[in-house]
Amino acid sequence: MIYKDILQETFASLSANKVRSSLTILGIVIGIASVITMISIGQGAQSSIQSSIEAIGSNLIIVRPGAQRSGGVSGGQGSAQTLTQEDVSAIQIEGENILAIAPDVTRRYQITAKGNNTNTSVIGTAPDYLTVRNIKMDTGAFFTASQIKSSAKVAVLGATAKSDLFGNDTEPIGQFIRIKNVEFQVIGVAQAKGGSGFSNPDESVYIPITSAQHFLSGDNYVNTISIASVNQDVMTAVQEQVTQILLHRHNITEPASADFNIINQNDIIATASNITGTFTILLASIAGISLLVGGIGIMNMMLTTVTERTREIGLRKAVGVKRLYINLQFLSEAVALTFFGGLVGILLGWLASLAVSRFAGLVTQVSLSSILLAFGVSAAVGIAFGFYPARRAANLSPIEALRYE
Amino acid sequence: MIKCEKLSKIYLNGDVETVALKEVSFQIEKGEFVSIIGPSGSGKSTLMHILGALDTPTSGQYFLDGKEVSKLSDDELSELRRDKIGFVFQSFNLLPRATVLRNVMLPLLYTDTTGKEREQRAREALFSAGMEEGKLYNLSNQLSGGQIQRVAIARALINNPAIILADEPTGNLDTKTSQVVMETLRELNLAGHTIILITHEIDIAKYARRIISIRDGAIESDATI
Repeated sequence: MIYKDILQETFASLSANKVRSSLTILGIVIGIASVITMISIGQGAQSSIQSSIEAIGSNLIIVRPGAQRSGGVSGGQGSAQTLTQEDVSAIQIEGENILAIAPDVTRRYQITAKGNNTNTSVIGTAPDYLTVRNIKMDTGAFFTASQIKSSAKVAVLGATAKSDLFGNDTEPIGQFIRIKNVEFQVIGVAQAKGGSGFSNPDESVYIPITSAQHFLSGDNYVNTISIASVNQDVMTAVQEQVTQILLHRHNITEPASADFNIINQNDIIATASNITGTFTILLASIAGISLLVGGIGIMNMMLTTVTERTREIGLRKAVGVKRLYINLQFLSEAVALTFFGGLVGILLGWLASLAVSRFAGLVTQVSLSSILLAFGVSAAVGIAFGFYPARRAANLSPIEALRYE
Repeated sequence: MIKCEKLSKIYLNGDVETVALKEVSFQIEKGEFVSIIGPSGSGKSTLMHILGALDTPTSGQYFLDGKEVSKLSDDELSELRRDKIGFVFQSFNLLPRATVLRNVMLPLLYTDTTGKEREQRAREALFSAGMEEGKLYNLSNQLSGGQIQRVAIARALINNPAIILADEPTGNLDTKTSQVVMETLRELNLAGHTIILITHEIDIAKYARRIISIRDGAIESDATI
């Protein structure tokens, strides 16, 4: 009966001041809604960045040459030419737990085909590239090991490269494209994969690595070696082993002075989630400020209510209502306000994040944890900001309170 | 029923001591109808607060139903007020936006009684206070002054208290309504309730069977009519 009484009293007193109660609730609604929306934007960014990193490949380890130095001027990471086809073979032979390995020679060229032309990355690589980078063929086939051996002049187009060069209606397979005045025959088109960062795989053109070395770059070096480990657990082990093989081959004893860099996908994902995590916290704390302001609104209203109802409180105390119940009643009014505000705020925040992804094109993600967090925070705000007014009401002297005009 | 021994109340306001009650002693038996009369500033309000367990004396002892009240804690005083004392105030003090029934049931809030039992007791109390049926679901601010005070009396009756403390119950009423309210109190007394009436009007005080007159914090006279 006691809890029912408290609920009934709370309902009666909140509905007695509908306008004031709703305006106070509005403060909490806005606070909770903005927390939910901001966290959903942050978490959406996190998951979209993560999935685009995962789209690069699975269990990927990337080896790149170190910086080229000429007279103290650094050309930047990846500019040196220290990785060769022999390194690739050595890793292939000595390395364990490697699912696939694909070197590549990548450079941008102007490409022409039947009056169209485009400037894009030409990636000279091996068949394993499909496995390593999660590329699937749409039509035709990727080049084979024997086409690499023979430096065949064949090319596979990314989805965007295909429509840039041939439009959407022409069948490209069997047609010819010219790269640096060398004719390559199109033998396949890859499935669209979606952009990931600066190098969009859909815009690329793939040719055999040997052809790229013979006809385009004219040397034996490779830009990048992409390695897929058999599973996620052995990634670090594979990374270490590859490092050892390369250090040994390049006659380097000190790992710090290695002439190559080796990074794995997990590191990139970890870094990215770190960044987006910070970003989410930043957004949430900005939204949290409005929640705090809403909480102060609650306290303000409750203090006004206590003053307004001083005589009533005095009467309640005179007829024998204990201090505890006066306290509980005012506290429950504050919590009811924030609880209800929290509910509406969650709904509104959820709608707002839908609207953000619909109209602003940002990926948003409302997670159960952010809803629980918002709920917990709104209840806590009610208790924290209702505590002082409730205590004030409970500690009123009945004689003074009854005399209050 | 009520036994006061050398009750004193001293208010401290900064360094100034105000003596509101000076060693007041008296007894009230069960079933009595007593008026406490005195001009303003005489200490009768202070005495009412102590008798109503709203305040505790600075010194002296106050026994209600054989229980020493002056040493009780805040919560014990609340319980005592709920179970043993019914208040009727000059300014009625009803909850303005609540129905008659809810007002009368107020002292039963946060107790173990069920809703049904509360309503039953409220109806009985309203009947005893002479309130007509059919107004139970009216809001209290839609009632006349006399009706309001009857609701307040019913509220005081609901816990079947040992004493009913009426503090200037007719102070805000016209003469005719005052008579009605006083008749109601007299009937309640005849039905066995102990009533203590605090007033400054001798005409009102005369409804009681005993008048204790207070002046300057001490009993001036104590007479049975």
